[in-house]
Amino acid sequence: MKTETASETRRVLHQLRERMSGTSFWASKLKEWLWICIRTVLIAGISFIVLYPIILKILIAIKDPIDIYDGSVVLIPKHFTLDNFKLVIQVLNYKDVLLNTVVLSGLVMLLQTFTCVLAGYGFSRMKFRGSGLLFGCVVFTILVPPQTIMIPTYLQYKNFDILGLISLIQGHPLNLINTKWPFLISSILGMGLKTGLFVYIFRQFFRGIPNDLEEAAWVDGSGTFGTFTRIILPNAIPAVVTVMLFSFVWQWNDSFFTGMILNDNPIMSSMVSGAWGQIIFYLRSLDPTQSEDPLYASMIQNTAILLAILPLIIMYLFVQRNFVESMERSGVVG
Amino acid sequence: MKLSKIRLTLHQKQKYRGIWFILPWFVGFLFLFFVPLINSLRYSFSTLKVNDSGFSLESAGWANFKNALFQDETYVRTLIESMLTMVINVPLIVIFSLFASVLLNQRFKGRALTRAIFFLPVILASGVIAAAESGDYAQAIVGSASQQSNEEFTMFQNLEFAKLLLRSGVNFQIVEYFLGAVDRIYQIITASGVQILIFLAGLQSISGSLYEASKIEGATGYESFWKITFPMISPLILTNVIYSIIDNLLNSPTTTQIRDTAFKSFQFGLSASMAWIYFVVISIFLWIFTLLISKRVFYYD
Repeated sequence: MKTETASETRRVLHQLRERMSGTSFWASKLKEWLWICIRTVLIAGISFIVLYPIILKILIAIKDPIDIYDGSVVLIPKHFTLDNFKLVIQVLNYKDVLLNTVVLSGLVMLLQTFTCVLAGYGFSRMKFRGSGLLFGCVVFTILVPPQTIMIPTYLQYKNFDILGLISLIQGHPLNLINTKWPFLISSILGMGLKTGLFVYIFRQFFRGIPNDLEEAAWVDGSGTFGTFTRIILPNAIPAVVTVMLFSFVWQWNDSFFTGMILNDNPIMSSMVSGAWGQIIFYLRSLDPTQSEDPLYASMIQNTAILLAILPLIIMYLFVQRNFVESMERSGVVG
Repeated sequence: MKLSKIRLTLHQKQKYRGIWFILPWFVGFLFLFFVPLINSLRYSFSTLKVNDSGFSLESAGWANFKNALFQDETYVRTLIESMLTMVINVPLIVIFSLFASVLLNQRFKGRALTRAIFFLPVILASGVIAAAESGDYAQAIVGSASQQSNEEFTMFQNLEFAKLLLRSGVNFQIVEYFLGAVDRIYQIITASGVQILIFLAGLQSISGSLYEASKIEGATGYESFWKITFPMISPLILTNVIYSIIDNLLNSPTTTQIRDTAFKSFQFGLSASMAWIYFVVISIFLWIFTLLISKRVFYYD
């Protein structure tokens, strides 16, 4: 046995030496290393471009206002302070805004995912005349810019009515502007933000799950919905995670619908756009001589943006591994 | 009672059971999409006045469309500008995301971290943050202080490079285009998060045996990219081009103008007609792009 292994190693070493004596071996090794170098540089560069604005924001936000006028301070602050954060959190009611936004985004996420899972599954299993046309409607909802149906949607929610029932009871239609209802209604009915895309993702995913699985379940006596909840859904976790994340994040970042429907309710996106106005109002109430300083304004703006995206970044840190993997397996493939 | 007696075969049942699942979506489609769409078309042909008891409509014929196209001083210009930006950006975004996804698909140390960073823009890309970012004094000052030009994100001293390219006989417009791309690299990277994900999912689904076979036949990495990866992923290029176009146009200056016309100057009819013109123009672009690409797309099955 021993002699055998010894001869084996010798043989391998000999082979290696033989290969190393040829120039092609070194050429290919060189090429490999060169590629690794280039790749590393590229990846580092692109990562830097992505991270740079965030780092910059953090560095600006932790500076004392004195530092902006100090020419010798570029990136690293001399006077470290958290006053900017304190000011923004206090004046803009950050805690309430955060709670509000989390509740809204969370609810929208749950309802949207629920409807889209159902619809995606339905579309993947329908095979009758006209089912293609129905799915064409889904694609159509993706293609039509939301601005096209913006005004009717707004008026619809302003005078909300279900087939004339509410005016019959109350005498006048409901005004749902400035409530969360428009978001909830549109997400449970699958017409929220970019919902067409979610249906598309789910349909694509469910088409990859073989029919045999369900047939086996039916043979064992499971009903249509039982099969769905017990067989199909557990298999669809990757796609569900992806869609949930997208839905949450897009609702969080959305300024189009929230700006249109929620005028008064404080939500992250409206907090960011109105940050400086509120801050200067607050500062003037303390000291009427406070001047409107554009540099300080942008500093506050940066802090506000940072505070708005901070929860998202923290959340992303926790789910990113899950997210990237699930995205790969969910097959968003067309 | 009699109705329930009608028995469907298993296959027929299978065909129709999907209907129950899409029911909520379908209701939404009818009441929250189709009805508003028709209404929007109606508004675009009429003058809409909001009063206490709701609103009233007066037929206005083509006046709104004429107004938008020939009288409004900025609409046409903004529209052309949005389209131009889109046409310039979309190829760059698709090329960059293809490149990035191929890069991310390789095995190397720290791949998980790199992926996490690359997809960060998916989380952070948003209209508000982008809008709040432009015209940011503090960032501009830090930028100019650290030896960058006044542009928001010009990290490359690309003049020398441009000279080199021009001298070696490259067309001026092409050089201009790429320099512009380098200057807007941040925009492009932030806009291509979802596209990278889509490409990456596609790359994962190409079976490794294809590459193995080509390697045995002696193909280089470059050859196998153009002969295997590119054809296999070409359907996704179409998907990504369409997605990029739509995504690009969601936050264009035209959309802002449409919104402002409606909610700041309260010309609902005009705004609706602007939106319809916008939609028609987008559809034409989508149609052209799809036509151009779909001829070259290769389907494996």
